[in-house]
Amino acid sequence: MNKLTGDQLRNNTQDLIIEGAGCASCVGKIETALKNINGVESAEMNFALRTVSISGNVASEVLIKAVENIGYNAKSASDRSDDELIDEKEVADEKYYASLMKQMWVALALGMPLMIYSLFGGPMTVETPLERGVWLFVGVLCAAIMYFSGKHFYIGAWKSLLNHTANMDTLIALGTGTAWIYSMIVVLFPLALPEMARHVYFEATAMIIGLINLGLALEVKARGKTSEAIKRLIGLQAKTARVVRDKKEIDIAIEQVLLNDIVRVRPGEKVPVDGVVTQGNTSIDESMLTGEPMPVVKAEGDKIVAGTLNKSGSILFKATRVGKDTAIAQIINMVKRAQNSKPPIGRLADIISAYFVPVVMIISIVSALVWLNFGPDPVLAFAVVSATTVLIIACPCALGLATPMSVMVGVGKAAEAGVLIRNGEALQTASKVTAMILDKTGTITEGAPKVTDIIVADESYSEDFILTVAASIESGSEHPLAQAIVDSAIEQNIELENTTDFQAIAGHGVKAMLNGQQLLFGNQKLMLKHSIALNGYVNKAQALAYKAKTPMYLAIDNKLAAIIAVSDPIKSDSIAAIKRLQAIGIRVVMLTGDNRATANAVAKQVGITEVFAEVLPEDKSNKVADLQAQGEIVGMTGDGINDAPALALANVGFAIGTGTDVAIESADITLMRGSLHGLSDAIAVSKATLRNIKQNLFGAFIYNVAGIPFAAGILYPFFGLLLNPVVAGAAMAFSSLTVVSNANRLRLFKPQDH
Amino acid sequence: MLIINLIGLGLIVLIIWWFWVYKPQSTQVSDEQGDNSEITVVVKDGVYQPARISLPENKAFKIKFIRKDASPCAASVLFPDLEISADLPINAEFTLQLPALKKGEYAFHCQMKMYSGTVVVK
Repeated sequence: MNKLTGDQLRNNTQDLIIEGAGCASCVGKIETALKNINGVESAEMNFALRTVSISGNVASEVLIKAVENIGYNAKSASDRSDDELIDEKEVADEKYYASLMKQMWVALALGMPLMIYSLFGGPMTVETPLERGVWLFVGVLCAAIMYFSGKHFYIGAWKSLLNHTANMDTLIALGTGTAWIYSMIVVLFPLALPEMARHVYFEATAMIIGLINLGLALEVKARGKTSEAIKRLIGLQAKTARVVRDKKEIDIAIEQVLLNDIVRVRPGEKVPVDGVVTQGNTSIDESMLTGEPMPVVKAEGDKIVAGTLNKSGSILFKATRVGKDTAIAQIINMVKRAQNSKPPIGRLADIISAYFVPVVMIISIVSALVWLNFGPDPVLAFAVVSATTVLIIACPCALGLATPMSVMVGVGKAAEAGVLIRNGEALQTASKVTAMILDKTGTITEGAPKVTDIIVADESYSEDFILTVAASIESGSEHPLAQAIVDSAIEQNIELENTTDFQAIAGHGVKAMLNGQQLLFGNQKLMLKHSIALNGYVNKAQALAYKAKTPMYLAIDNKLAAIIAVSDPIKSDSIAAIKRLQAIGIRVVMLTGDNRATANAVAKQVGITEVFAEVLPEDKSNKVADLQAQGEIVGMTGDGINDAPALALANVGFAIGTGTDVAIESADITLMRGSLHGLSDAIAVSKATLRNIKQNLFGAFIYNVAGIPFAAGILYPFFGLLLNPVVAGAAMAFSSLTVVSNANRLRLFKPQDH
Repeated sequence: MLIINLIGLGLIVLIIWWFWVYKPQSTQVSDEQGDNSEITVVVKDGVYQPARISLPENKAFKIKFIRKDASPCAASVLFPDLEISADLPINAEFTLQLPALKKGEYAFHCQMKMYSGTVVVK
């Protein structure tokens, strides 16, 4: 067992939420198990709320384990929700901001007057005993300010030095420390230095500390804005839920809702957890989650998701996913993860950051040595100024921030548009996609096909009989076309019969036995494979296919019995969305297992000229590979389990969020609403984010890399100019701010209206 | 002047050795606890303490982060090779479950790479 630290032990009352306690008899069992633990003084369970209140000196981990040992699940009620974590973060940020501002003002209170004095020609030198006394006093004051306003830099630098790492604190501490020590040497031992080098830099030390604190404070403020999208997503979650327990409706905290609870949602309320409607009907606004503005009608049996808004009726639903399992919680998690991941472009900055600080320290020493050996008088003063300025200007924090800040805003922006980006790499690759493969069923079309025609080939069968046989055999299949036939039979109150020896033949159809008769149901390939005579029915099937319908042949005892045609309507905005993709120069290709004629008919309607039809599920990924071999950067969009390998192989896989979990798991980007406009939105956000990252990297490099030679004094031999350490301090402090502000600019970006 | 130049060069050599050549000792996580092996890492004053953690191969383990640093850089920890990232609450514990790992070194760092550490799997 884990050894528990003192922090884990709590000497007070704590609440656990119990899951899986379905009967009142569980109460005694749970209470006894808890009371048997050493240190537990009392344990009382509230069955209606499924919570147990325990007092005693025991860690929550031990209590949870004890409950789990008797077959229930438990979690601490004090586990903070995302909402609480965000609030805590904001409070902490506010506190940190206030302390940085205070430190800044204290440092500037000394730095500013000294700076003004120096700018107006006040001598910063130590010549007379009076000047010595005054500067000694200023030096001590400056040390006090270094302690009060800059302590965190020095402690951080020391700790990281002991850890064999170097960070921004190292540079600031070295820079300001060098300036102060040099100035104190001037004050204490003026005669040890040549007259021209008796210059003090206390104003630089105080100003640099003040300005860097100001930069950090402004950065904290600006950073808060970059995570607005995630805050908005978290804000979508309801805080309480009205559940039916013991035949009464009670309001409880969202964390206490258990799996299979019956939950009531009234008009105007947010859906608290994911579930299935058990009573009533209503329209639900899912726009906050999917970007789709039209409310969706929900009735008994329909799925509803947490965070969406109930518009009209009052409904009861059964909770199917609670807590961290709800779709919205998983989306928040996914966005958070993606926000923290880096696209490949960020790796360059990473590599540089890792070596940067020690390299800068070396440059600083080299620069000091060059001034000492070859510089004009006073060499020592020049050496100190250049070494200090190099250390101060080179802080690589802006470089480190350049990528993550833009990714954070970009991924959040995409999430607002109903596009979930899994990681930084997908974000970057999406901006380079040159060819987009679209699966037909469920991607271009609604994926909810309907039976449109039944052509009976053998007059001894009625249409009803054909539908009965077809629906009976297809009831075992998960194919969307099969579902259309079963739905049609159910609509006509046809009772299905039990088939035996059911066999699905991938890419062909299905085979089964019914009342001693052998049934074959599928495409032309299946019929040819079993040598079924199709006579003139091939033409009839072709005619249906030209109307974008999918014809399927039914053979009973090896004789053609009928053709059933199913049509899957094209999504209302597929044509416009495909045009948007083509308008930005993307080669759009359609991929389907459907027959060629139907596929061509659909492709023609939506304006696609390249079609891969009659593709077997296992060959879908080969088509992706073919396009990749042609040099294309391939995006693949699909919704089905059979699309998963192709989604995984494509450079970027886009899953339709209304599709299967397998497809979503295999994809890099998920389009929460069914619309293909999400593709153009994702690509647009991705391009804008990449552009923003490049701007940030350029800005950071300018500050860091270009700043160093100036700081080292490269301009001096030509123009007699040497960068002031205070200017370097200001540049360094504001470099991060520039990067964060530029990333914030991305928040204003809107994918093209549609 | 020669002495100053030699001191400068010595400092450069020291920087190279201290930051790049020297491998600090790692804090060993015992494998007696099986999959419940755990280590506490304190995030404070610009560093992870301990920053170098060594553990046996193929053992899942937990890192309990305690962030005591208000700086926004400290707010998230990333394990790029493992595609793991997490937000660390301030002044609170946050336990991160790492999967069983193969031999090698796995870096972890904050968003700006100013705080950095390594998990060494032996």
